[in-house]
Amino acid sequence: MNNRDKVTHKKQPTGSGHPSPTSGQLIQVTNLTKNFGSLTAVDGLSFTVSAGEAVAFWGANGAGKTTAVRCLLNLIPFAGKIIINGKDVSRAGKIVRREIGFVPQELTFHDALSVTETLTFYARLKKVPAGYDFMPLLDRLELAAHIHKPIHDLSGGLKQRLALALALLSDPPILILDEPTANLDIRAREEFLLYLHELKQNGKTLVFSSHRLEEITALADRVLLLEAGRLVIDAPPDQLERRLGWETTLHLYLPTPSIATAIDQLTAHGLPVSKNGRGVRVQVKPGEKGKPLRLLHEAGIRIEDFTVE
Amino acid sequence: MTIDFENILILAQKELRDALRNRWFLLYALAFAALSLALAWTALSGAGDYGLAGFGRTGASLINLVLLIVPLMGLSLGAMSLAGEREQGTLLYLLAQPINQIELLLGKSIGLALALVAALVLGFGLTGVTITLTGNGNGSGEISIYLRLLLLSCLLAVASLSIGFLISAATKRGATAIGLALFVWLVLVFLGDLGVLGTGLMLRLDVSQLLALVLANPLQLFKVAAIYNIRDNLEVLGPAGLYALRTYGSHLFPLLVGLLLLWIVVPFLGTTYLFRRKGAL
Repeated sequence: MNNRDKVTHKKQPTGSGHPSPTSGQLIQVTNLTKNFGSLTAVDGLSFTVSAGEAVAFWGANGAGKTTAVRCLLNLIPFAGKIIINGKDVSRAGKIVRREIGFVPQELTFHDALSVTETLTFYARLKKVPAGYDFMPLLDRLELAAHIHKPIHDLSGGLKQRLALALALLSDPPILILDEPTANLDIRAREEFLLYLHELKQNGKTLVFSSHRLEEITALADRVLLLEAGRLVIDAPPDQLERRLGWETTLHLYLPTPSIATAIDQLTAHGLPVSKNGRGVRVQVKPGEKGKPLRLLHEAGIRIEDFTVE
Repeated sequence: MTIDFENILILAQKELRDALRNRWFLLYALAFAALSLALAWTALSGAGDYGLAGFGRTGASLINLVLLIVPLMGLSLGAMSLAGEREQGTLLYLLAQPINQIELLLGKSIGLALALVAALVLGFGLTGVTITLTGNGNGSGEISIYLRLLLLSCLLAVASLSIGFLISAATKRGATAIGLALFVWLVLVFLGDLGVLGTGLMLRLDVSQLLALVLANPLQLFKVAAIYNIRDNLEVLGPAGLYALRTYGSHLFPLLVGLLLLWIVVPFLGTTYLFRRKGAL
């Protein structure tokens, strides 16, 4: 079972392309460019994010995802303009960061501190009122049993949950997460994504980077596909395959006497099909995976099992 | 840019606590305290008299100890501060919080400066208390000389810290920063006197140029100020010392203190400039 199966909530997509900056947008990025010497890490990136939306930077390593995230937080100097909640990030970075919880890719805390000391230190910087009760948050993230441990004794999964707890300390409206599940095993990844999904349902705006398609499809309302720092596609996840022109191969397992009929039926509807062991193999275009299943069902052919390649 | 002093305080507290947990720093601090006590004990041995020396003689002996150890403490602590955190990635995470760069730099530098001052107060304090308890203190005049020496040592420590900070801001890796800091320490400590002497001879510098060369080194600044503090004359420094005293007269001590303060401020401004250009990376 993949994450798509577990986390299935999909918000209506807000549209594709580059929406013009309007007052309804929480984040407006215009012509963001970042050069490291002769290397252009982010090249003229423009996009907007509405309140409550989950937007993913997707792309291979080196596509510019992490650099874009760092620019959103004003951690590195950049060219272009980033407006978050009406404030210019390059002029009012500190004020903007009050409204953002950040989960970094590399989980780097001060190893000598304990979990409690770390929470207290960052809570003070985030102006969380003294006496704030961390326990409900720590209970929800299953961290309560580890509060006295030094950071260096925490596993990768616990550190990731601590990073999320720190990001949520001041209950910011925006969460920015850089490859948040990169260091997690499958089980921890699914739990983490479920929690992110819960946060999204509670109205948080999420901007995250990932190179895992299943994460993107499980969580994002819109995907910004980056290649060599450039925005290639801005689309809802369910349109990605269509926009990218990906074809899918379906393996359909059928009763042996039905195989020949199935091949005839699918061929008659223009689908490339061939016999494959206990069934047939069919090539389908983006967004048409249901078509061969429907055709065989209408022809009264029972499908015993199927796999997607 | 608005500065939130509470943020500076929070960062300074954390930095101070980290420094006091740092084994190397504690080792330096304890070594300094032990050596200053040992110096107080042996300061009279040159006169054939064994026992604890008074504030004046102990202070004179402490000058060389301060010149050797204090810059090493300041430089290494400053060098590791930003570069170490940058290498670990904690600097990036820290700057992703609602703080600005100047608050981070001020918080770190104040915290580390307080740690250095605490180490010096411990060393000078232990020695001072021991001298007083054994009845070797020679009046309030010597105590004030001793306290001024502590103040000058603190200024040298913070100036070294500021130079270490600049090195740290310019480098990405902790090991590089520490290597550079040790190199600077070697240059300032061991090439200070010899370098001035050699340059003076080779370039046939006149006495005013020789003095300028001396005053360009924060360690030499400390040394001149510390000797002047104890002896009220600079004959021991030769023509450059005599020239300095004749030229600046009663303004010499404030001038030396002012120049030490410049060695704190100017590298810190350089650090701020570099840090702004490089960001958290």
